[in-house]
Amino acid sequence: MSVILTYLPHLLQGLVVTLQVAAGSFVIGLLIAVLAVFGWNFGPLPLRWFISAYVTIVRGLPELLIIFLVFYGGTVLLSGAFGTYVEVNALTAGICALSVVSGAYLTEILRGALLTVPQGQWEAATSLGLSRMTAFRDVVLPQMLSYAVPGLGNQWLVILKESALVSIIGLEELMRKGVVAAGATHSPMTFYLTVGALYVAITGVSTLIIGAADRRAARGR
Amino acid sequence: MSPDIFIKAAPVVLQGLQLTLIITIASFLLGQLLALPLGLARQASSPLLRWPAAIYTFLIRGSPLLVQLFIIYYGLGQIPAIRNSILWPILREPLYCGIIAISLNSAAYMAEVVAGALRRVPKGQSEACISLGISRRHRFTDVLLPQVYRELLPNIGNEIILVLKSSSLASAVTIMEITGVARAFTARTFAPFEVFITAGILYLAIGFAFTFLFRLLERRYGITGTRTPAPEASA
Repeated sequence: MSVILTYLPHLLQGLVVTLQVAAGSFVIGLLIAVLAVFGWNFGPLPLRWFISAYVTIVRGLPELLIIFLVFYGGTVLLSGAFGTYVEVNALTAGICALSVVSGAYLTEILRGALLTVPQGQWEAATSLGLSRMTAFRDVVLPQMLSYAVPGLGNQWLVILKESALVSIIGLEELMRKGVVAAGATHSPMTFYLTVGALYVAITGVSTLIIGAADRRAARGR
Repeated sequence: MSPDIFIKAAPVVLQGLQLTLIITIASFLLGQLLALPLGLARQASSPLLRWPAAIYTFLIRGSPLLVQLFIIYYGLGQIPAIRNSILWPILREPLYCGIIAISLNSAAYMAEVVAGALRRVPKGQSEACISLGISRRHRFTDVLLPQVYRELLPNIGNEIILVLKSSSLASAVTIMEITGVARAFTARTFAPFEVFITAGILYLAIGFAFTFLFRLLERRYGITGTRTPAPEASA
């Protein structure tokens, strides 16, 4: 027990990084998804093909492979650009890779939510003289997001757990701190269980918040 | 990106194919096997069955697969009783640990899906079975299970893709499956794009093959008119 207490501050520091990675990739992923859904609705046909290809390909690839591709690929590109060996920051690589991944899943979620917004809302908005852009931003998007709360919450939980993969490229987040502590103390079971418990705690709290958010979002429906 | 590295990368990445398929198929089958009793326990009337199953699925679905894999591969060795037990030859091997971790994980997600399907079977059916004098065993094997699994075929097809993607985590415990060999090749040649893109194409190809196989099964055994479930992410 005292071993855990010694390392607990490190683990909590790691937890903060984990939350940064998860929140960063969730927000950027959501931006990607909103743009993708907008492009899917208003863009030309080639853009729709591109968005479909993006969603299908990313969802078929292991997240770890995407993380490696961004990390090692980014390092090669940067080293080429600067002429010397420049390693990509693991935090940046992790957030980039997981944003691309969550963007694909969130696009699917938002596309599903868009279908639940009644067609009449578009018609009412355009008949009031709103441009399609404004109608999307001010009328359809808020309703769409309210329908999407359970899906968005689920994706948040997924990204929270996937962020552990970034430890493999050396980012000092919760999982990596656990690996370091396990190695230093030769008690892997103790530390991996502690790390697991911390993940369960944040996913548990997140689940409660998502439930409350969904009840709140459902009030207007 | 030079084309000759693509040509060099292909046979390297293919070396990992066999292990990826072994891990995927073994974990998928084991996971499905465990999911049924777990799903039944989730739906059981006795709290002695329901609670342990609920806690199991909550803990597994609440923590990353990587942590579970490390608990099994690195963690269990810390306990002397396990090092001295007859299970040690299995738990010492990273391949078996990978398969165990992924199947335990997949079983937890699948159990929730199975429990949901069991909940959707109309109550009138068991009443009909009782009135027809069908035994409990046959009610389960001939009436309940076929319906549940025919309905779940799309979910099961989805799950095998998730297991395929999870199998890449085995590279974190030294297993040289597709992602593992791709990473090792990158370290040697410093050509990440070629080798990871080749590996990605291979994963997509395996995924399409599994999807195609499940389409065939669905066409043959699926219940017509049931909608395919909304794609759900899980990790």
